Amino acid sequence: MSEHVGVLTVSEFRDGSLQPVSFELLNVGRKLADKLGAKLMTVLIGYKVKEHAMELIYRGADEVYVLDDKRFKDFIAETYANAIVHVIKNVKPEIVVASATTTGRTVMPKVAAMLRTGLTADCTSLDIDPEDKMLVQIRPAIGGNVMATIKTPRHRPQMATLRPKIYREAERDTSRSGKIIEVKPPEHIFETRVKVLGFRRDLSQEIDIEKADIVVAGGKGLKKKENFDLIFELAKVLGGAVGASRAAVDHGWIPYSHQIGLSGKTVSPRLYIAVGISGAIQHLAGMKTSETVVAINNDPDAPIFKVCDFGIVGDLFEILPILMEKLKRLKEGKA
Amino acid sequence: MNKWEMCRENPHFHHLIRSSDPPHPHINGSFRGYLFVCGILHIFTSYYVVLIMAQLKIIVLMKQVPDPNVEVEIDEKTGVIKREKVEAVVNPLDLHALEEALRIKEKYGAHITVISMGPPMAEAVLREAIALGADRAILLSDRALAGSDTLATSYALSKAIEKVGEYDLILCGLKATDGETGQVGPEISSFLGIPVLTYISKLELKDSRTIVAERIVEGGYQIVEASLPAIVTVVREINEPRLPTLRGKIKAKSAEIETWTVADIGVDPRNVGLEGSPTRVVKVYSAKIARRGRIVGGEDPEKAVDELIKFLMERGLI
Repeated sequence: MSEHVGVLTVSEFRDGSLQPVSFELLNVGRKLADKLGAKLMTVLIGYKVKEHAMELIYRGADEVYVLDDKRFKDFIAETYANAIVHVIKNVKPEIVVASATTTGRTVMPKVAAMLRTGLTADCTSLDIDPEDKMLVQIRPAIGGNVMATIKTPRHRPQMATLRPKIYREAERDTSRSGKIIEVKPPEHIFETRVKVLGFRRDLSQEIDIEKADIVVAGGKGLKKKENFDLIFELAKVLGGAVGASRAAVDHGWIPYSHQIGLSGKTVSPRLYIAVGISGAIQHLAGMKTSETVVAINNDPDAPIFKVCDFGIVGDLFEILPILMEKLKRLKEGKA
Repeated sequence: MNKWEMCRENPHFHHLIRSSDPPHPHINGSFRGYLFVCGILHIFTSYYVVLIMAQLKIIVLMKQVPDPNVEVEIDEKTGVIKREKVEAVVNPLDLHALEEALRIKEKYGAHITVISMGPPMAEAVLREAIALGADRAILLSDRALAGSDTLATSYALSKAIEKVGEYDLILCGLKATDGETGQVGPEISSFLGIPVLTYISKLELKDSRTIVAERIVEGGYQIVEASLPAIVTVVREINEPRLPTLRGKIKAKSAEIETWTVADIGVDPRNVGLEGSPTRVVKVYSAKIARRGRIVGGEDPEKAVDELIKFLMERGLI
C-alpha cells in the first residue's frame, strides 16, 4: 500500500480537443496532491493527442502520460480500461480520479474491477483527511436524500469519479513546467471484440442547459404534459433554457436530456426559476450552485423555499400567466 | 397460421420445428418422420443461423429498490430516514432491460434467466419478471452479502452468472435509482472478461453472434458492434416496458424461484459483504443547503408577481 504515491487524473479528449472536465480534474487533483505533498499526474489517451499534453501541464499536472495510437481514436471501454490499468500498474498512484462523464462512468468501474479496488461514483466533493491522509469521497446517497462520506481504507489506488461542473477548471499558467512521458501501449491492450461503427450527432442534446444563463425548470406541480408549455413560454420570454425535475421526466412530460439533479444534469445559471418543484435533495444537487434561485410552489412547506432567494407560495397556474404578461410588457417598453 | 400449418404449406419451414415442440395433434407418425428427415436435410443450409438464434441464452440482472417516486424524509440531525415504510419496486431501468430480452425472445426465440441479488423479499422482483415472460428466476440471497459495495456485488453476480453457465447476452439497467452508481455492469464485464456496452438506447442482433447498438453519450450517439457474449446496460429510451398479463401473473404465483447462497456460487463470504468491500461509508448526513430568501404569499398573484419583478430588476436579471 505504501508504495502507492501521487495523484493521477484521467484526462478526456474528444472531437480533436481536450474536454474541460480534464481541467476540472486537474484543479481538484492539484489540491489533493498538494495536501499530500505528492505529485500530480494525468493520463491522456487518444489519437493525435501528443500536442495537447503541454496544455495539461499548464493546467497543473507535473507529469503527463500520453498513449497516442490510431486505435484509441474512438472510445472503447475495454481498450481504454486496459490502457489506464497499464499506466496505473506502472506509476502506482495513491489516488485516481476521473470525470463522471459517460466515458468515465464506463471505463473506471472496469479499471476498478481489474485492479480489485474500490471506486466511488459521481462524487460531488473530494478532499484529504488531515489525520489519516486518506481520500475523503463525498457523494449523494439514497436517491440524493443524504450525503455520504466514503473512504477506501485498505485498497490502493483509492478511486473516484467526479461529477462534472462542480469544480472550476484549473487556471492556465504557461510558466509551469513538467514531464511528458510517451507510453508505447503493449499490443494486448487493443484486443477487443467491440468495433465502433460511427457517431451520430444529436443537435437536440446540444441545447445546452448546462451553459445557459437562465434556466426555467418545471416539476410535478405542472400536473400534465400540456402544461409544460407554460415553462417553455416563460423560458422563451426570459431567453433561457428549459429544465425539469425527475418527476416531470418520469411522467414523460419532457425528455431526459432536460433533467436537472443528481440523476440528470448540473446547472449553475445566473437565474434559476423552479416552478412546481418541491425541491427534493435529488433535484437540489443539480442546481444548488445557481446564483439566484426563484421558487413558485403552492406548498409552503416545500423544501425548495429553504434554498431560494425569492419564493412565491401560490398557484403557478395563476402566477405564470401574469408574470409572462408583465415581462412581455416590460420588454416591449424597453424596446 | 402456426408453424405446423406453415410446414404443410411449404416444406422450407420445417427447420422451425424443434424437438422440444409438442407433436402436432393432427399429424400422424409417418408424416412426423418425414419432417424429421427434412430437418436433418435442412440443418446444413442457411437456416442453421435461425436454429442457433433459437437457442440464444439471455441473462437479465434486476434489482429491488425503494420506490423512487416516494420522497424519503430524513431526520436532519441524525441523517436517518424518517419514513421507513417506502414500498419496494423493481428498479425502473431493469424493466427496460427485461423488455429488451423479451423482444429478442419474441423475434428470434431465446431463454431468459433473471438474477436478482438481495434480501428474501426481493423475490417479488423475480415473480414480476416471470409474469412478464422470463423463463427462469434465481434469487441470490445470503446474509453474507449484506453491505456489499459495487465491487463485491459485481463479484457475487459474476459468480452467479458463471454458475448459470452458458449465456450469450447479459442485460441490465444502466444504474439503480437507490445507489445511482452505474458501476455494476462494467465491473461484471471485467470479472467475466467480456465486452460491455453502456448507455444503450437501441439494440439489434446483426446475426446470431453479433449485436449492433447505440450508446447515448455527450453530443450524440456512438454506434458500436460487439460479438457475443457481451453485457449491455440500457437507458429508458431503448423501449417501453410492457405490463404483465393476467395469465403471466397467475403463472408467476406458482413459479419456482431458485435461491442461491454464497456457498452455492462458490464464493468465500470474506470476499463479499462489508468485509469484501473496498469502500466504506464513514458518515451519512442530511444534505442541507441553506439559502433563506424572501417568501411572499400568492393570495394576491398580481402583487406577488410585481414583487418578483422588482427583485429580479434589483439583481439585474431582467
